[in-house]
Amino acid sequence: MIKVDQIEKSFGDTHVLKGVSTCFDKGKTNLIIGQSGSGKTVFLKCLLGLFTPEKGTINYNGNIYSELSVGEQRDLRQEMGMVFQGSALFDSMTVEGNVMFPLKMFTKQSPTEMQERVDFVLKRVNLIDAHKKYPSEISGGMQKRVAIARAIVMRPKYLFCDEPNSGLDPKTAILIDNLIQEITKEFDITTVINTHDMNSVMEIGEKIIFLKDGYKEWEGTKNEIFKTDNEAVTNFVYSSELFKKVRQMYIEERN
Amino acid sequence: MIGNIVIFTTEVYFLFMNYIASIGNYFLMIREVFKKPTKWPIMKSLILKEIDELVFGSLGIIIFISFFIGGVVTIQTALNLNNPIIPRSLIGFATRQSVILEFAPTFTSIIMAGKVGSYITSSIGTMRVTEQIDALEVMGVNSLNYLVFPKIIAMLIYPFAIAIAMYVGISGGWIAGVFGGFTTSSDFITGLKLDFIPFHVTYSFIKSLVFALVIATVPSFHGYYMKGGALEVGKASTTAFVWTSVVIIILNYLLTQLLLG
Repeated sequence: MIKVDQIEKSFGDTHVLKGVSTCFDKGKTNLIIGQSGSGKTVFLKCLLGLFTPEKGTINYNGNIYSELSVGEQRDLRQEMGMVFQGSALFDSMTVEGNVMFPLKMFTKQSPTEMQERVDFVLKRVNLIDAHKKYPSEISGGMQKRVAIARAIVMRPKYLFCDEPNSGLDPKTAILIDNLIQEITKEFDITTVINTHDMNSVMEIGEKIIFLKDGYKEWEGTKNEIFKTDNEAVTNFVYSSELFKKVRQMYIEERN
Repeated sequence: MIGNIVIFTTEVYFLFMNYIASIGNYFLMIREVFKKPTKWPIMKSLILKEIDELVFGSLGIIIFISFFIGGVVTIQTALNLNNPIIPRSLIGFATRQSVILEFAPTFTSIIMAGKVGSYITSSIGTMRVTEQIDALEVMGVNSLNYLVFPKIIAMLIYPFAIAIAMYVGISGGWIAGVFGGFTTSSDFITGLKLDFIPFHVTYSFIKSLVFALVIATVPSFHGYYMKGGALEVGKASTTAFVWTSVVIIILNYLLTQLLLG
């Protein structure tokens, strides 16, 4: 579980996060949504320890990040997996090399043990024949799967995803969403996903946090988002014609 | 008028402070490079890879440039020696001194600042743009140690490349002088041996080592701390080349004054 309490973050005169508090539950897919510039990425980077909030605390299973020593922070970071928006795979390494990298860096496993673990996670993300390929030789969807495999190879307690299905076609995007949700349940991970894809919200949004101008505007589940009267949320979620019609049908059905 | 002077002075002040801040950040980066080392088996393979890319990969251009520079120095010296009192052996002497003292260490390093420096900046800069450095940091890897330390160690063998540059440069001078009909082989070799001071070679190697550290770290600094996208990677590479060259030239002056002055 991750408990965030009143975090604030500024860059120069720009106040990006203005006292955000929330709680991310274990074994659930927690989604952060909001318009571009609402502070989603900064919030995620604060959770990852890449940015230090000026105020507030982030509590990981009872450990307040800012109160930990540098060594303890480093150990905590090794319990985190991250899927970046652009996958962030190492160009100079093969798919196998990318996934094996954290094992080589932080474990004392034998080459056989590492290979077994890599084979297992690559199979888990449905990548079987891509071991020796370089990131530039595989599709965007496959790159995302490699990034997920790399993120879970160290058996993390926390999984963070920054717009994991951006740039993917709708079908592949749903596959990636479902894969993340399956992994979250299977390995009992606290997963936090940063997205502005409404399909993801409807597909895997077990807990949704809506950020607006650096504030937490709304919090709820994917079922509650249908019922909310919060204007900012409805304007954002139902901005497309498709979702407007879905909402209309829902209201008519309810009435 | 006074308003313009105030604006100009303020701009110069901020520009100056910016440079001071960058120099400070550069030294802070160097400190971070040596913290929290990467596991030796991984570091060893990174160092070997960097030696291959940064030093061995540059030997071709170093040999090519040195050969022709040596030849040009010999021809120009020969063409300017019209006085019959001056012995022809001076051609070999001038070639040796020019190549060992300046052309091999300094000229080659400026070329390397362009070739290796822009490679370092663009490779690290691309990793920054594509969030690969963030990925390393999230994993708990000291990205500066992982990316910059192997380059520093690899560049420690750069003086060997300079030794090759010296040999090839002087050989180029001999070939151009003898086969071009500017001097005889015996005159040239007599000149090469004339008043030879072994410390000049040591001085040249010391300079090369210092330049190697500059070539490894200044472009790394520009790549690591760059912001923006692909266009900014290109701009950072150009800036890195300019600053690496400036630092090499300033250090060349200071080292010459210190070691030979």
